Amino acid sequence: MNISLVAVLAATLTIATPLVFGALGAILGERAGVLNLGIEGTMYAGAFVGFYAADRSGSAWVGLGAAIVAGAAAGALMGLLTVSIGVNQHVAGIGTTLGLVAACDYTNRVLYSSGTQVRVPKFTRLLADIDIVGQYALTWIALLVLAPFVWWVMRDTGAGLRLRAVGENPEAADVAGISVATTRYVALICGGMLMAIGGAFLTLALLGSFTIDIVSGRGWVCIALVIFGRWGVWPTVAGALLFGVADALQLQLAITPEFGDVPNELLIAVPYLVVIAALVIWGRGIRYPGAYLRPYRRA
Amino acid sequence: MRLVAREHASPWRTPGAVAAAVILTFLITAGPIRGSGASPVTAYRRFLFTPLTSSYSLYEVLLTATPLLFTGLAVAVAFRAGYFNIGAEGQFLAGAMGATVPGIHLADVPAGLALPLALAAGAVAGLGWAFLPAWLKRAAGIDEVVTTLLLNPVALLLLQGLLNGPWRNPTSGFPDSETFGPGYRMPAMLGDRVHAGLLIAVVLIAATVVVMTFTPLGLRIKAAGQSPDAARFSGIDVTRVQWTSALASGAIAGLAGACQVLGVQHQLTGSIAQGHGYTGIVVATLGALSAIGVLFVGMLLGLIGVGSQNASLVLQIPPQMGQLVTAVLLLTVVSCLAMRQYRLVRRRPPGAAES
Repeated sequence: MNISLVAVLAATLTIATPLVFGALGAILGERAGVLNLGIEGTMYAGAFVGFYAADRSGSAWVGLGAAIVAGAAAGALMGLLTVSIGVNQHVAGIGTTLGLVAACDYTNRVLYSSGTQVRVPKFTRLLADIDIVGQYALTWIALLVLAPFVWWVMRDTGAGLRLRAVGENPEAADVAGISVATTRYVALICGGMLMAIGGAFLTLALLGSFTIDIVSGRGWVCIALVIFGRWGVWPTVAGALLFGVADALQLQLAITPEFGDVPNELLIAVPYLVVIAALVIWGRGIRYPGAYLRPYRRA
Repeated sequence: MRLVAREHASPWRTPGAVAAAVILTFLITAGPIRGSGASPVTAYRRFLFTPLTSSYSLYEVLLTATPLLFTGLAVAVAFRAGYFNIGAEGQFLAGAMGATVPGIHLADVPAGLALPLALAAGAVAGLGWAFLPAWLKRAAGIDEVVTTLLLNPVALLLLQGLLNGPWRNPTSGFPDSETFGPGYRMPAMLGDRVHAGLLIAVVLIAATVVVMTFTPLGLRIKAAGQSPDAARFSGIDVTRVQWTSALASGAIAGLAGACQVLGVQHQLTGSIAQGHGYTGIVVATLGALSAIGVLFVGMLLGLIGVGSQNASLVLQIPPQMGQLVTAVLLLTVVSCLAMRQYRLVRRRPPGAAES
């Protein structure tokens, strides 16, 4: 059996990229006390809107910008439901996901009814000649810029402290003069933007096109990674890389002759099972943010 | 503007909130319907009234509602106990695969034995798919929302893997299973498309009503879901009640998948995965987690499902409009119901005179 280690490592970073964006977006909301199960739909919307805008404008960057706007809107919708109205967070999130997926599939059918696959301009790998370093710019942005930035904001800035205060003890934060509603809205909108970038990465970097069910549960993986990482930035990024390794390995196994008889789909399922196993091993007895799932109203 | 808690309860608040949600849903979906070139009023007439005008389409409504009654009930049973089983989709697919095992490998079993065998296999498969998250929750306290969600894509991949691999149709070469043995056909009722799965669903709903209303178990489930701390204080083993509900929920969702392959497809195909499990969450939530509510909402969504198919044929509105209407209705109803204990007050500028 001959597996190329370099190819696995290179693929790991690429596969982990949308998960790093999505999971960091989820951390922002959850640290502020809101579980955003709209993530799967938000990533889907980012993928579709990014694709559509890139198709219309002829530029992948415009597509990325449009995806970010869509993600902000999805985050604001989640804020309206869970912060202003105070709906159960599980129901609001699942409803948001179902609604966004249906809306994108519907719009896709209206706009692209011919059924032929439309190719759009996509991002290219930087330094594509060098094996592992040859990645998309978004990959390096996620790992080397965004993750340290979010970590620093959470740990060392007033904004991060306010975010965590609102998520741990909204009553105390309110008494201290922090607006719980505004903080949660900002967290959800910024989180939605990151999730949408993760989705747009799938269409604008990996595929250069849009297909039905393109996100295929990656949003749920992000939610699991955040719990696995106990709401910390670096453990969550490590979890994304773990999923990346598992996925990259199964991609390599799928093209090795010894595994030719194993149905491809069963190999694709392996990374999901790895995440569940990781939760079982490291995810026991964790402490959730104090105000997790709790809406806040002044008494 | 801000929300102020209402001082007085009014019996009109709940129906008023639902009516407001229905109007909002219409207004929100009108834009996309126009975008496809159809008139929203005509489209909604197709969604809600056309299916009621002929006995054939009425039967189609019942057929479309059948899996939703099961999955809605499955989700309601779990949510009621405070166990958030979001994996009905995976358990539904597991049930369909479970019923397929005897359906193609024991094709010659006589009719009287075949159906109970396949239904039991489906229920056990659904229960099995729900077992891992339920056990992890019970033994290690691992959040069931995440594990049930993650197992949904795994079930879909398993289905596709089986259809592309061992169960691929040897005669046609398509990724569909062989047709089941003749004994595995659910008896038809009400026309030739509605099948006995509907009867099973209605019986299960009636049984759930009895259990929830008249038995100690029902009381324990409701107590565990409504106020786990109070339930624990009064001696109820909340973990165990949730465990029981989780497994029952998986078995019901598995039965749904079994009935769908045995009653409609008579073989396993990839088109079994229509998101019925996710729609079950909508049915259960809109049905206020009650079995009777599931019955009504399941029928309503069956109506919208048939109507959106009809509208896609006649008005060229993409059939995904059905899912969009369903999701928007869910969000508007839960929002309006949450708003009903508040009223909107325009904030008076400081120092302004009382009006």
